[in-house]
Amino acid sequence: MKIKVFSLLLLCLVVQPLMFGQAKDMVLIEGSRYLPLYGRDSTVVEVKDFKMDIYPVTTEDYELFVKENPKWRKSNIISLFADKSYLSNWKSDLETNDSINAKSPVNFVSWFAAKAYCECQDKRLPTVDEWEYVAMADETTKDARIKPSFNEKILAWYEAPKTKENLIGETPKNAWGVYDLHGLVWEWTLDFNSVLITGESRKDIDKDNNLFCGSAAVNATDLMNYAAFMRYAIRGSLKAKYSMKNLGFRCVQDIKENNK
Amino acid sequence: MKSFKIIVSVFILFMMAASCKSDKSNTSESDLAVYQCPMQCEGDKTYDDVGSCPVCKMDLKQIEKGSQEIATGEISEESIFNLTTKWHTEEGEEIQLVDLKGKTLVMVMIYTSCKAACPRLVADMRNIEAQIPKENIKNLQFALVSIDPETDTPERLKAFAIENAMDDEQWTFLQGTESGVREFANVLSVKYKEISPIDFSHSNIISVFNSGGELKHQQEGLGVDNKETIETILQLTQ
Repeated sequence: MKIKVFSLLLLCLVVQPLMFGQAKDMVLIEGSRYLPLYGRDSTVVEVKDFKMDIYPVTTEDYELFVKENPKWRKSNIISLFADKSYLSNWKSDLETNDSINAKSPVNFVSWFAAKAYCECQDKRLPTVDEWEYVAMADETTKDARIKPSFNEKILAWYEAPKTKENLIGETPKNAWGVYDLHGLVWEWTLDFNSVLITGESRKDIDKDNNLFCGSAAVNATDLMNYAAFMRYAIRGSLKAKYSMKNLGFRCVQDIKENNK
Repeated sequence: MKSFKIIVSVFILFMMAASCKSDKSNTSESDLAVYQCPMQCEGDKTYDDVGSCPVCKMDLKQIEKGSQEIATGEISEESIFNLTTKWHTEEGEEIQLVDLKGKTLVMVMIYTSCKAACPRLVADMRNIEAQIPKENIKNLQFALVSIDPETDTPERLKAFAIENAMDDEQWTFLQGTESGVREFANVLSVKYKEISPIDFSHSNIISVFNSGGELKHQQEGLGVDNKETIETILQLTQ
């Protein structure tokens, strides 16, 4: 009996890292309240504790995913879930073009694909509020938005060409221990469709009361934060089946109460 | 030896639990052929099986109806029936979207505690319904999807349906999961955000799908001219 219990325990210890192996590349983000660019009527939002991938999902990671899930291969994807450019830099179902480094962030993926990838690992996409919360940290401070140099650095990236071909983990680690939120690719968020600005700026003026109820809630609380404004604007213009060359993703995980 | 067996089986169980769900195969199609007397002795009465007419004794003939034609085929890539999330109806039944297959679908996203736009959206839906002739209604399903699955339980949706006189068969109310609703909204390009626990801002879009679940028309805005929407529905339900 003792042996049985012991071996079961041993087995659990062996299996544990197999199942939660991916968790080692995640860090704990302590939740808090903060004032995002678009708040609920310019009030603070609350972010709960969660874990975040320290790197964006790489091409290599994604190759493994499509290997195990034929549904998400380039030739099998249905048009409801991705447009024609899905994985268009891959030469076949399981292989990328030779020029793509395995450690570069995966791109040309739709929101549906990103969502499925994360769910497959018992994770999910971060919400806009969560993503922005972690992304306002620089190397030393958790809220670096007041530093002019912080915004300048991000904007410099927005101007730099072809950063999507860079490798993960080369930008400085931020105060949470997370890499590459700025400097590589834009990233999908779970509720990217929640910010009520339409892709077309013409639709955003005066008459949009007709299109949206509660549109008065959309106010930029910090118009100086131009970099964040650009991110929100881009999210507003996306559709979930778009697959674009400068758009990747990373996953987060909720903290389970009984999971130490 | 016995403990070894247990260990192995536990191990296998773990591996099974850890591996990802693979996609489900399509649900098998039940034969939806409809038969009718060629002389129409009993008017529009139809039968599900081959046989003869009880009045004139002629053999029943298979008939084809616009919406049933597609119902027997495979669903296409663009079809919303590819979404496999589960929903609860106002009657408390658990369904998948594919269970709505076979009828033209008119869908809108609302939440029942909404004070501003939703009553108008609901009015727009009823306005559409009022303009569709009765014989088309039977090929039509109106579905109202809640963007507030936490508050809008089946019971609450049922109460809302009764209150708004939308409790007939052609009306369905759906409560999903948070992620299912988000996914569905993305398919419809509907944007929404929770502003407070009881208030959401959301786009006001009414979408029309054919019986195969393919998006055919979208009407944006409140109280807009619904002529095109009606035309699309009439074409699809003929």
